[in-house]
Amino acid sequence: MAKVFIYPATSLMLSDLVARFGHKPLGSAISVRDHIQTAGFESPPLQMTPDDPKKGLKYAAVEVPSGVRGRMSLYGPLIEDADAAIIVNDSDYAFGCMGCARTNELVKFLIKERKMPIIELLYPSTEEEGVTFVRSIRSFLDSLKDGSP
Amino acid sequence: MTVPVRIAQLSCGPEYSGVQNEINEAARMVDAEVFYPDIKLSELRRDFDSFGLDVRSPDLKLAIARAKALVDGRVNADAVFIASCFRCAEAAIVRNELRRFIHENSRLPVVSYSFTERTTAATLLTRMEALTTIARRRALLAREVQEGITMGVDSGSSTTKAIVMKDNVVVGTGWKPTTEVMKSAEDVITTALEEAGLHMEDLDAVGTTGYGRFLVGKKIGADLIQEELTVNSKGAVYLADCQHGPSTVLDIGGMDNKAISVQDGIPGTFTMGGICAGASGRFLEMTSKRLGVEITELGPLAMNGKWDKVAMNSYCIVFGTQSLVNALAAGSFREDVAAAACHSVAEQVFEQQLQEVDIKEPVIMVGGTSLITGLVHAMGELLQTNIVVPRYSQYIGAVGSALLASGFIKGE
Repeated sequence: MAKVFIYPATSLMLSDLVARFGHKPLGSAISVRDHIQTAGFESPPLQMTPDDPKKGLKYAAVEVPSGVRGRMSLYGPLIEDADAAIIVNDSDYAFGCMGCARTNELVKFLIKERKMPIIELLYPSTEEEGVTFVRSIRSFLDSLKDGSP
Repeated sequence: MTVPVRIAQLSCGPEYSGVQNEINEAARMVDAEVFYPDIKLSELRRDFDSFGLDVRSPDLKLAIARAKALVDGRVNADAVFIASCFRCAEAAIVRNELRRFIHENSRLPVVSYSFTERTTAATLLTRMEALTTIARRRALLAREVQEGITMGVDSGSSTTKAIVMKDNVVVGTGWKPTTEVMKSAEDVITTALEEAGLHMEDLDAVGTTGYGRFLVGKKIGADLIQEELTVNSKGAVYLADCQHGPSTVLDIGGMDNKAISVQDGIPGTFTMGGICAGASGRFLEMTSKRLGVEITELGPLAMNGKWDKVAMNSYCIVFGTQSLVNALAAGSFREDVAAAACHSVAEQVFEQQLQEVDIKEPVIMVGGTSLITGLVHAMGELLQTNIVVPRYSQYIGAVGSALLASGFIKGE
């Protein structure tokens, strides 16, 4: 089983695909889960503190906006921990969406710097493309054996 | 119990910067609540596209669509708070355009702010207080004439001022540098009352503003304790006799600066702050000390100098001081150095703050620094306009407080 970072990290569909084909998805559900400090389960789950952007300094310098560093404190450790990654570009909001374009650029760059197996796809716009899209991801995931392709 | 003022938040990044709780807390302190305008995904696509600003960050697209929903009246709010990360150019463009869009197309008061992870509720308090005042006290802010006998006290970071007014006329003034907050307030109150020939018990109502407003207001039993953004706007248009139509109020203070876009005496958009004391009256105070002149002499001195003969950039007060010392050591004339210091402060305010409000004439300069003629001249050159400095401009907060306090005589 490989640990697969998904981009967009919020995509439930990608997370489900990775889990269904026998691997562990690394997405924001994992990093955000560590931050639940609210009263109830239905309360907003993201409770970050000013310390989080400071943790993000490991991935981006102090001159980088705090929102980018805060986000990197969530995604950076997951990228470090990943064995492989799936990147879906130009996806629909409903598929999964990460709010800051600058963070997204940095996330994709750091994924590529890891030199791990990556599949990079465009979000499908037709049913036919959708079938090819899922098939490509499945065959990529099948190729990952014990954390290596 | 009053109904909380509902402040719509349009933002990118505060949750991830760990400051959302600070924003919520600042709103709670002034009996307001912050909420995110609820829109549908289909509205997001449609409204972002129709706005026409093609940014890439999805959270900024969301902010744009939410602004459209507010302006169209699909979501009800009393005020708008626009916030994004400090140093994000993309967000700065959106912040600026949304502020302008909302200001031009609705009556909602707007404040925009760029935060870092160090932003605290205390930093945001005055802005939130101003937003809620505009939303909650429109009737009070509509007051154009001072009635009865009232007093206003402005407990500022550098100086404390008091004004006594009777039947729309200033009859007593008090001014002194702020040392102990309460002691300074008591002293200026005594001076102002003596000058007016009145006693505390003669006053019909009292208002306080400035950094020490809560402490002073509580001690003297003020009827009105109000932040300086709304009070100064009101005082400025009252003194400059521009109570109707648009105007811009500029107050370069000792600790921070305020730039307020005003319509009919009510602030529409405003900015408050400053990157460094190099863009405040503090730098001019330091310059006058270094030049060996009283602060009151700095303005006339600067008017006789040429600012472009001395290289000075007070973006940072330390660098500004270095320029000052170097220029004097190189034999520059004191007049030119004074002019350069005034120009540099005006330039910092122009670049850092005035870009965030719509400058509409007349531009009214108030506060102690408005008496530094060199600074007013430099600002007028940068803005290409004749700046209005009304009488009693250095007492602006106190005048505004005295004016608004008279609303409490009749229970407004």
